[in-house]
This record gives sequence, structure tokens and C-alpha cells, in this order.
Amino acid sequence: MTDFPRILTRLMTEHPSDSHTMARYEDSGGYQALRHGLAMAPADVAAVIKASNIRGRGGAGFPTGVKWGFLAPATPRYLVINGDESEPGTFKDRQLLERDPHALIEGVILSAYALGCNHAFIYIRGEYPKPARRVQHAVDDAYAAGYLGGDILGSGFDVEVTVHLGAGAYICGEETAMLNSLEGLRGEPRIKPPFPAVQGLYAKPTIVNNVETIANVPWMVRNGGGAYAAIGPQGSSGTRLFSLSGHVNRPGNYEIVMGMTWGEFIEDLGGGVRNGRALKTWIPGGASAPWFVPDEHLHLPVTIDDTGKAGSMLGSGAVVVMDETTNVVAAAHRMVRFFAHESCGLCTPCREGCDWLERMLWRILNGHGRPYDLEMLLDVCDNISPGLRWPPAQTTICPLGPSAVQPVRSILTWFRDEVEAMIGAGRGVEGALVG
Amino acid sequence: MTRPMTQPMTQGTTVAIDKIVPGWSAPNRERARWLLERYPQRRSALMPLLYLAQLEHGHLTDEAQRQVAELTGLTAAQVLAVSSFYTMYKRDHVGRYLISVCTSISCYLLGGDDVLEAVEIQAGAHDGETSPDGLFTVEHVECLGACGGAPAVQVNYEMIEGVRPEKARGLCDWLRTASPQVVFGDEMQALFGGQRSFDWGPSETEGAIAPVPAFGPYGSVGGSS
Repeated sequence: MTDFPRILTRLMTEHPSDSHTMARYEDSGGYQALRHGLAMAPADVAAVIKASNIRGRGGAGFPTGVKWGFLAPATPRYLVINGDESEPGTFKDRQLLERDPHALIEGVILSAYALGCNHAFIYIRGEYPKPARRVQHAVDDAYAAGYLGGDILGSGFDVEVTVHLGAGAYICGEETAMLNSLEGLRGEPRIKPPFPAVQGLYAKPTIVNNVETIANVPWMVRNGGGAYAAIGPQGSSGTRLFSLSGHVNRPGNYEIVMGMTWGEFIEDLGGGVRNGRALKTWIPGGASAPWFVPDEHLHLPVTIDDTGKAGSMLGSGAVVVMDETTNVVAAAHRMVRFFAHESCGLCTPCREGCDWLERMLWRILNGHGRPYDLEMLLDVCDNISPGLRWPPAQTTICPLGPSAVQPVRSILTWFRDEVEAMIGAGRGVEGALVG
Repeated sequence: MTRPMTQPMTQGTTVAIDKIVPGWSAPNRERARWLLERYPQRRSALMPLLYLAQLEHGHLTDEAQRQVAELTGLTAAQVLAVSSFYTMYKRDHVGRYLISVCTSISCYLLGGDDVLEAVEIQAGAHDGETSPDGLFTVEHVECLGACGGAPAVQVNYEMIEGVRPEKARGLCDWLRTASPQVVFGDEMQALFGGQRSFDWGPSETEGAIAPVPAFGPYGSVGGSS
């Protein structure tokens, strides 16, 4: 388990003082993969990514090679890098952007070459000015070195890169909302199909990939797709950056090979729960993921498929740990409040439903819960995500609404007694006020 | 100014920038010209141009939004649709220092609400409001991507991680007395921060000059620009 290549974090770990610079990146073998890749046919570079079996690191876990295969032949085509990292609990792309921007840029050039794109956009959330500065400087240096612009390294291939800053909207992490945002529109998702690979940016074929996904590309081109696929368990190949936060002793980003158990992840990597307290629950993959509880899930392997089968997801790789002192209704309220705030307002079930859920949880928290609130919470959830299944169905254009359902569903599944007790206690207070 | 692209993407951009925004500083007019060439279509420059307008005027005045509409070939209504959608575009007056306190889940679990309260009291402004002296605007914000260093605070979008309530009070006092023209993330982290999400590496020479994200084209100082 300890013997695997640090694909994403080696440079920043070995050279913390200058891993972001062109000089250090080149000294460490950087931009050699680009030379190698440009000597190959574009389709062969795409085949490397396909063979790697990497699944997108942004949240949905869709196989990148398959997504690339959907790209329509029309031109121009665009590549958009999703650096709008805003899922509560997630801070991995921020580290990659700040500490190793050239790995991303080399990955962008190789990916653009494989896909036949001559213009790539790197969309970075507005609250990340420092990562954006680092990336912009790296882009400038790459232009100066002849890695970007026209006729790259004499290959005849041209690519331009534009770094674009968001302005505080989580929804722009949804790929079609991101494209609208890039077009100077409100960040509202588009109805799919058509998918971006067919009609994306400016209605042209577009591939949208996460920062971490593309930062792996230089390593794959250097070492081969098969070498990447051989790392880790089947279906969850490669190394992956997990963001660990909450009530743990050692929060932070961890590059790991998937397959360890959740118990090992939280205990061995995270140093266990703070202050010697007991683990109550954790979110395995960002605020959109249903919660896990020790009795049921601690022994399960941390893989995309095992987590999915158990009714949740690895999502963006954000693990948020809550100890025994956590008021789960308050925690769920805090997450629902996030989604209510970030709902773009386009679809009624999400716009109204998230707001209802937030207000009902607030009411329960403040001692004004009513006996029928549990049923009403579930009813509102059901109107956003019919059947409350996993993976979730949706009455909305994008998955934001169904994401808001998950914290509510989680506390009503695992901590129903606590919610009921809070409502019961609240009723007493209300009765006293009336009486 | 960053290195120009090999080919300006928007062909034949003949926007009369000097005529539309004669009041803007020369560097910002140059930045506007540069931004308009960054995208295959002119309207894509809307978001960065709104930041630039906000930098010029302190907040997005109606007049500034009409000017940006003219620069991008949009209607004022189309611009308002966008400026009203994104939280970082401020259409009302903002204090000199915008203090954003994260109260999303990871920060909430580790005391972000207490930090917010401390900031509100010490800055003299409630959540969402500006202090009477115009120095501070305080806001609670959703996840800042600093969960490993919770609770997190940003001043003019420059990050400070691992902030405790007493440090938050110190931060407000320091901003009031030291009154820095430029706020640097590393400096504030050293003075008022704690646990970080990851090793930040070498310190940065760029910081923010206004409550607008300090990203090269929109007005940071230090480094290139």
C-alpha cells in the first residue's frame, strides 16, 4: 500500500520551496511527456488516457477516456478545465493549482493535442485568486518557453490557454453551467442532451475535465496508460487526492491508492478522531454524498464501486468526519443551507425545495419542530429526488437539488431517534409557551 | 501585463475603449483591451470586465454596468442578469476590507460561527453589512476550499486558515490600525492563522489592493502585472 508512485504530490513534497516554478518542473523531467506526446499521433495520446481507465476526479467518476470518445468531429473544439472546486469539504485542486501548476498545463497541452482543441480554458473559482495567479504565471512561462502558442516545439500544433476566474457560484462546477458562465451568462445548467462533447462552449464540441484528472496526464503519457491502470484496485485505478477535514487529528490532502478501508483511512491517515472522542458519522465524498456510519461502513474499502454499492459516492474525494458530540440536525442544516444558497433558481423543485428543507431544519433546531415535520421533510425530498433512491433520480436539470436531499435523508436514516427527540423536546417548549 | 496570446482570439476587436470608459485608469483600460482579446466571443469577457469595473468604482454602479454592456456588446439587462447572479459582484458599497468568514460544514464543525461572531463584534458590522466608518464589510460565505485548515477567513479574498475567535479580533484591530494598502495572505496567515490545509510553500509577493480577487488582469500588486 505504501509502494506506489506519488503522481500528484511528489514534486511539491520533494521541492516545497519551488515546485510551482518552470525551472524546478523542467529539472524534474517536466515537459518531457509533452515532447514524447507531440511525437505520437493525437489518437495514440487519447488511447493512452483511455487505457489508463482513469475516472474523472471532479465528482461524477465518469471514465475520462470514454468521455473523450464522445467528442464530435466539428471544429473548432474546446477543452475546459474545471477548477471551480467548491464542494464543501474539498480543497485538493487548490493544492494542485498552487503547488504544481505546470503539471496541469502540460496535461492541458497533451489533452488538447489528443482532442484536436486549439483553445483551452482553465476556469478557477473566484475565491481562489492565489491559485489563479500561480496558474497564470505558469501559463505565461509556458508561452515564453514555447510550450503554448503557435507551432509548439515545431510540431505544427497550436494551443492557446485562457485562465478565467469565477465569481462565487458553486453551480458553475456543473459542466454546462460552467460553459454558460464562460460565455458571459448566468451560471445556469443546460438541459442535456446535447452533451458538451457535441454542443458545448459556443455550441461547439467541448470536453470539460477536472484539474486533478488532467494533472495525471503527463505521467500517463510518460509511463503508459497500462502502468496507470495497474495502480490500485480495478475500477478505481490510479492514485487519488483525498481531502480530509472535520474532527480528525490530521486533516489535509492525502494522495493514496484506493482500496484501504474507511477505518484505516480515518485512523491511520487522519490520526483518528480528535480529543479521543468516538466517531459518529462521516461524509465519504463531499456534501452531496450520503453519510456513512461506523457500524455499517467502517470496514468497507475506499473504492468508487464499493462506496457506490453501499449507497454513497466518493464524489470529489472530500471526507468530512464528525465526532460523537456533533448535533447531526445542525450539521445537516448547515449543508442544506449551502445548497439552498447555491441553487441557481432555474428549477422549481430545487429553488423552493432546498429553501423549505433549510427552514424546516432550522425550525426543528430552534425547538419549534412539529410531529409531522419528518414526513414533510421526506415529502419535500421526494419532490426533488423521486423515490429517494441511490443513485438519485431528479426532477431538476442538474444534480444540485438531489444533493441537498442527501444530508436530510442521511439523518433520517441513521439518526432518526435524535431528530424525533429534538422535535419532541421542541414540542414541549412550544406547549409551555402556548399554555 | 501578462504575455499576449499568439493570436488575439476575438478578431477585429475595434471596441472604442477609451471612448466608453474614459474615466478608467490607463492600466485598466489596457487590461480591458487585453481581456476583450482573450475569448473567441466578446461577451465572454463580461465576467473579468465586471471585476475590473468593480475595481475602478469600488462597487458595480449602474453606470459602470452600462459601460461594461457597451464594451461587451450586450444590453444593460444582460449585464445585470449576470452581476446579480454571482455573489462576488457587489452592487452596493463595500468596505475597504471585505472579511469573508466560512461557516460551511467543516468550518462549522470547528467553530466558524464563533469566528464570525468575533469578527462582527470587532469590525462593528453585522453579517452582510458594512461598518459605519466604511472600513469593513462582513459576510458569512459558503465553503472557501480551506476545510483542512478550518475555520477559514478571507480578507479581500486573500486566505487565512486556522483562525480562532481571538485571532479574528486581532485581525480586525490590525487592519484598523496598520491600515495596509495591500493585504498579503502570507502575512495575515503568519499573524492570525493556524492550522493550514497544506504546506503553502514559499511566500508570495502579490496581494490584494481592493475587495476584488487579486488576479493579474484585475489588479493585484507585486509580481508581474
